[in-house]
Formats: sequence, structure tokens, C-alpha cells
Amino acid sequence: MNIIFYLAAAVAIVATLLVVTRLNAVHALLYLIVSLLAVAVVFYTLGAPFVAALEVIIYAGAIMVLFVFVIMMLNLGPQATETERGWAEPELWFGPALLCGVLLGEVIYLILRMPTGTTLARVGTPEQVGVALYGPYLLGVELASLLLLAGLVGAYHLGRRAPHEEPGGGV
Amino acid sequence: MATVPVAHGLLLAGVLFALGLVALLGRRNVIFMLLAVEIMLNAAGVAFIAAGARWGRVDGQVMFLFILTMAAAEVSVGLALVLQFYNRTRTLDVDAATSMKG
Amino acid sequence: MFSLLWLAPTLPLAGFLILATVGARLPRRVNTALGVGSVGLAALVSLLLAAAWAAAPPGAYTQTLWTWLHVGTFAPGITFYLDPLALVMLLVVTGVGFLIHVYAAWYMQDDPSIRRFFAYMNLFVAMMVVLVLADNLPLLYLGWEGVGLCSYLLIGFWYREPGNVKAAMKAFLITRIGDTALIIGLFLLFAQLGTVQIQALLAAAPGLTPAAATWAAALLLGGAVGKSAQLPLQTWLPDAMAGPTPVSALIHAATMVTAGVYLIARMHGIFTQAPGVMTAVAVIGAVTMLMAACSALAQRDLKRVLAYSTMSQVGMMFMALGVGAWTAAIFHFMTHAFFKALLFLGAGVVIHALGGEQDVTKMGGLRKTLPGVYWALLIGALSLAGFPFVTAGFYSKDAILYLSWTAARGAPWLWALGWFTAFLTAVYAFRMIFLVFHGPAVQAHPVRDARVSVPLGILAVLSVIGGFVLLPRVLGGFAPFAAFLRPVLPEPPQRDGGIFEVVLLAASAVASLGGIGVAYLLFARRRTTSPDAGLARFWRQGWGFDALYDRLVVHPYLWLAQECRHDVVDAFYHGLADVCLMLNGWLSALQNGRVRWYAGALVAGAVLLLALLVWR
Repeated sequence: MNIIFYLAAAVAIVATLLVVTRLNAVHALLYLIVSLLAVAVVFYTLGAPFVAALEVIIYAGAIMVLFVFVIMMLNLGPQATETERGWAEPELWFGPALLCGVLLGEVIYLILRMPTGTTLARVGTPEQVGVALYGPYLLGVELASLLLLAGLVGAYHLGRRAPHEEPGGGV
Repeated sequence: MATVPVAHGLLLAGVLFALGLVALLGRRNVIFMLLAVEIMLNAAGVAFIAAGARWGRVDGQVMFLFILTMAAAEVSVGLALVLQFYNRTRTLDVDAATSMKG
Repeated sequence: MFSLLWLAPTLPLAGFLILATVGARLPRRVNTALGVGSVGLAALVSLLLAAAWAAAPPGAYTQTLWTWLHVGTFAPGITFYLDPLALVMLLVVTGVGFLIHVYAAWYMQDDPSIRRFFAYMNLFVAMMVVLVLADNLPLLYLGWEGVGLCSYLLIGFWYREPGNVKAAMKAFLITRIGDTALIIGLFLLFAQLGTVQIQALLAAAPGLTPAAATWAAALLLGGAVGKSAQLPLQTWLPDAMAGPTPVSALIHAATMVTAGVYLIARMHGIFTQAPGVMTAVAVIGAVTMLMAACSALAQRDLKRVLAYSTMSQVGMMFMALGVGAWTAAIFHFMTHAFFKALLFLGAGVVIHALGGEQDVTKMGGLRKTLPGVYWALLIGALSLAGFPFVTAGFYSKDAILYLSWTAARGAPWLWALGWFTAFLTAVYAFRMIFLVFHGPAVQAHPVRDARVSVPLGILAVLSVIGGFVLLPRVLGGFAPFAAFLRPVLPEPPQRDGGIFEVVLLAASAVASLGGIGVAYLLFARRRTTSPDAGLARFWRQGWGFDALYDRLVVHPYLWLAQECRHDVVDAFYHGLADVCLMLNGWLSALQNGRVRWYAGALVAGAVLLLALLVWR
């Protein structure tokens, strides 16, 4: 089982690396789906099958479909890739890479320094998750529902097309 | 089920997070920046699941559910903003949106 | 009957409030009727009070409306105090005030801001009544400042002319110097005697140490000098003629400028404790009256002639106060209010008839066009000149001259100055009459209006008969005025006159008649015009006091202000502002609007925080 965890983790990292470097948005999106599926496998190996399913259904399914819709609505032609190539200057990448490298180094250092332990080979079943959600985390669930409602209203408001709006005006 | 050192799970999360962060800072395309945010949220989810697995508790999974909810809301609003942004500026370059500068 | 006392200040105040608030919605005629009527009712109340007093003199009547404020032993009340002195003042203020209001209804009839005019005038009368009826010094000070404020507002009434505003400002600022002295004196008296109630103060005055009495009297004198335009704070009065003529008549001749006289007479108990200050009062009065008479002689502006004349006459009252002749000073105040108001109102008609011309050298021959005004002004001038035996001015002035020699504090040189001033007064009074009404005629519009003729007529009658209430001993000694005031104002100790009184009386008559004769020779026969150079020019400019103060006070102050404009303190605050601007520049550069920069800053912060954990 451990080997599956490491394989999936490697796939997730490689796929994510490809996401970061792609110039075409649709390509990047497909690699991200691969990455998410790999992470779902990781979840499964870590004893969280319910979450793994959600990762596939909601993340790799619903949310990524949203991205696909938007990219389709924007109707970016082949020149979009060229624009993206023009933006991908090495010096633009240098600063963020350095910063993130330092951050990653610090994180790795801190993780390796902490007391070790292994994951338990125990499965957190959907039933347990549901009991926890509607038990101690009930307030969190309510807040999440409120957040989703706000997201719904916000997306509707921002997404509607106002025909008489001047470019650059307020929403 | 796998019994890996929890540090490895956390390292996976850290690497994914760093990659997302590089993309967020390095890309100028708004859509790529949103993708980068998704990667980072997902990385945080990995960290929760790994930590939950370390103690054999479901709280990590509950936290991931909340992250999932938040990501869904964030993406819907963010993509609506991208559409508005593109309608107004005819570009996806995030550096074009500087009218709020001091 | 005496309980009506509170109505005397309240009626004009109510007039002011109505005019100031709802007056804008009322027609002009109603506004005028309100403005005149409120003072008329106040005058009626004063007459009723006088009648009640004549029927049964109560000695003094006190009416407390409420306690103004109460701090420890300091508890001035809104309390009115009526005694013979206050009654005389009240009658003159409301009576002459009413006549001037009637006249003003004609004078201001075409002015667009007649409502504002009557509102200010009513407020003035209210404040003046408060001043004369005040039972304690804070209330007196309230009236004192109130009339000063109204004076300021009315001098600058036509505020679209920058000159008028400057004149108003000048009057306000210069009288302010005196007011400051007055309020310090008031505090000093409270600190020394522990009360502000005037009668209690007078009763306690003999307990003052000589130094305290001198300081208190000198500070009160400072206030009186400022308000009454005496040396050295006299320069504001001639410029105050920028106001409408009824204002000049009411405020700057009949009532407000004599407030200083009233103050000293009211506080005479303090002054008698300070002989040095008494002498100063007499000297200030004597010098002012002579200098102002010289200046009046050289003026070309009709109203300025009268302004300097007022200054001179008030100086004469001060001289009387200085020698302790309180009753004579108040007597002259009363007759002066009559004839000076008459002269100002007549002059207003003349100026109006000539379409705004104020230069006496450009007038002439008006006695045909304005016969009524001619007679009124002639009576006024005769009274001012002290024409013997028939005019009020003669008796009041003679009372002062006589006492300036024979009173214990009097001196021959004071009398000599007074006599010479009386002579000059006759000269300039009749210079005005001859230049305006005699000689070659100029074009003028005749004026016929009851609102002019009635006040002028009444004032003319008063200018004649007003003197027969205090006759000198040699003419029978009929003196109900002195008897009336005796409970309040003591007679000065004096040497026995005897035949000497007759000599002085004759000398007064000679001064008056001689002055008129000289004026006739100089101005009726030859129409001499004073040259615009030398002494005449010096006198016309009021002995150069304006230039002197300009050089001594205004220029150094302006220089100092100029220097202080860029001083160190400012540099500090400017520096502070510059630093803020610089920081603002830096911080707003941070807000460059680029999301990726913000995200980068967040990451840098995370790196730093984690670094703290790493190095811990």
C-alpha cells in the first residue's frame, strides 16, 4: 500500500509541475485534473475513502468543469498561447521561485525536525465523517452553507452582463 | 491502508503548496492564478488528511470538507470576476488591473 | 407702578428679537412700526416711572428678576436699580431714543435693510437701558459691551463700503482697550471688597486702601475714557460718523459716548477715595475738550464738526466730574443729549436735502429752502454755544465753569481752559450755521415730513427749557434737578461765590456772545475757508493722533506679524506636514495595485515568520 502512496504522490507532483509550466490553459487544466486524481489516490491510501471520492467528484469534476466553461466563454484563440509565451519571462520567474524555494526549505526543515510518527492503518468511514460533521462541527456546516449561499449570490451578481455599463465603471 | 511516516504526507503537501505558490506569483494570466490557488488549497487539504491519518481521527476529513466548500465558493466568485475583468479590459493580464493603486 | 421697571429694557429687546427673527416675513411698514413702537413704549414706561417717582419718591427701587450666576460669594443678579441718577439717564435714553427712532423711520425709509437697522437700534436701546439700570457691575458690563457691539454694527451698517467697515473695526478695537481696563477694575473691586453690587461697593469704598482705590479708579477711568472718546482713546469717534446719521445722533452723541460720564458718576464713591485719579479725570477732560474744539473748528465735514463737538462737550463733563461736580456733569449730559441730538438730526436733513453732500464749504444759503431745519439747527447751535439766559446749554455749561473754579478741587486754570473752550465752541457752532445756512444759495430739495419736524421740534423745545431746572444762585437758585439728584450725588465742597458768581456768569455770557460775534465776522461776512495746510490741517486731522498711533502701535505690530509669519514654530509644523507627505508617498508607492506584488509581500511575511520558528 505504501508504494501506491509514493507513486501517487510522485504523479501529483509531476502533474502539478506541468500545470505550472503549461502555456495553454486547457492543457494546464487537464494536468491539474490528473494531479487531483493522484491526490485522491493519496487520500485513499491514507484511509480517507470518502474524501477521495469527493475529491474526484467535486474537485476534479465540478470545479474543473467550471474552469472549462469559463475558458470556453472567454473563447481565447491560438494567439492566447503566444501571449502567454511572451509573459513567461525568466526574470519574472526568478523572484517567486527564490521566495518559494526559501519557504519550501523552511517548511521541509520544520517538518523533518518535528517528532516522527506513522499514519495509522485505520479507515475513517463516511459514517464517522457524517457523525463528526453533524456533531461537534455543526456550526461549521452551517457557516459553510452560508458561505456557499454568499458565493452563489456573489457569482450571480458579478456574472450578469450589464448592457449599459461603460468599460472601467463600477460593478 | 498505508502506514507511511506522516512527515512524507506533509512533505507532499509542502511541495504542492510551493508549486502553487510559484505559479501564483509567476503567472500573469488570471486563470492560471486561480488554478494556482486551487493547487494551494488542495495542498492544505493533503496536510489535513495526513495529519488526520496520523492520529486515526476523522477531523482532518471534516476540515477537508470545509476547504472543499470554500474552494467551490471561491472559484465561482473568482471566475465571475475573471469574466467581468475580461469584459472590461479585454485582457487576462492581472497587471492591467492597477486602477486601485495608491 | 415701579414693578413695571423690567419692561424698560425688555420692550426694546423684544423689538429686537421680533425684528431679528420673524421680521423678514413682515412688511416694511410693520418692521418700522415695531422698531419705533418698542422704544416708544419703553419711553412711555419711563415717563410712568417718572410720574410715579414724582408722586411718591421711594428713594431707590430694586427689582431682581433672577440670579444670573452663583459662584461662591460672586452672585450677580439680573437686578435693576432705579434711583434719581438712573431715572434721569433712563428718561434721556428712552425719550431722546424714541425721538431719534421716529426720525430714523423717515431717514431710513428707502434703505433696503431697514429691518436690520431697527433691530440693531432696538438692541442698542435695550443694552443702554440695562447699562443705566444695572444694580451690579457685571450687569453694567453686559450693557457696556452690548452698546459697544451695537455701535460696531451700526457704524458698519453700510458694510459694502470698505471704509465703513474699517471705521467700525477701529471703534470696536479702540473701545476694547478701555473695556479691558474696565473689566480688570471690576475684578479688582471684587477682589478687594468681595461684592459686585454697586451700592454695596460705594458703601464699602472708604475701606479701600489708597493704592487699591487709585488702581480701581484708574481702571474704571480707562473704561470710561475708551467709551467716551477722551484722550488718549479718542480717535475712533470722528470715524464713527460713517454710520447712518440717526446712529450718530443716538449712539455717538446723546447716549453711548456719555456712558463713561455715567460710569464715573455712578462710581463716584470710588473716585473720591482716589484724589490723584480725580485730578487725572479733570485734566483729561480739560485737554480733550480744548483739543477737540480746535479740531471742530477746522473740520469741513458737517458730521465731523459735530463729532469733535461731542468729544469736546464730553470732555467738559469729564472736567466737571474731575472737580467733583457730579450733578453739573449729569446736567450737562442731559442738555447735551437734547441739543446734540437736535444738531445731528438737523444735519442729517441738510445732508439728505443736498443729496449726500457733507462738506460745509460747499453748502450755503439753505435757510430759504429748509426754514424749519434752519430754526431747529439755530436753536441747537445757540444751546451748544451757550447763548446766555435762554438756552439750556448756557446753564449747564455755566454750572460746570463755575464749579471748575470754585469747587474745592477746582482751579483757575481749569476754568480758563473751559472758558476758552466755550468761546471756541461758540465760534465753530456758528461757523457751521453761517456756512450752511447763509451766503450764496446752493440747490437743495425741501424736506417736509412730520417724522422730521416733530422730533426736531420737541428737541428744540427741550434744548431751550431743559436748562431751567438748575439755575445758578444769582438767578434765583431754582434747582429742582440738583435737589432731585442730591440723594445720589453729593454737592462738591465749594468756596462761597458771592459777587464772584456774577462775574463768572458774565464771563460765560461774554465767551458765548464773543464767539458768535467772531464767527459772524469770519464766516458770515467773509466766508473764510481754512487752508489745507499748517495748523488747520493738523487740527483737521485731530492733532495727528491717527498718524501717531499708526507709527507707535500699528506699524510695529504689523512688522511683528510679518516677522512671525515664518517663525520656528511654523517651521516645525510645516516639517511635520512634509514628513507626512513623504511617508504618504512611500506608502502609496507600496499600493501599486498589482495583486502579485501583494501576494509576494504576503509570502515574504510568511517566510519571515517561519524563519523565526526555524531559528528559535
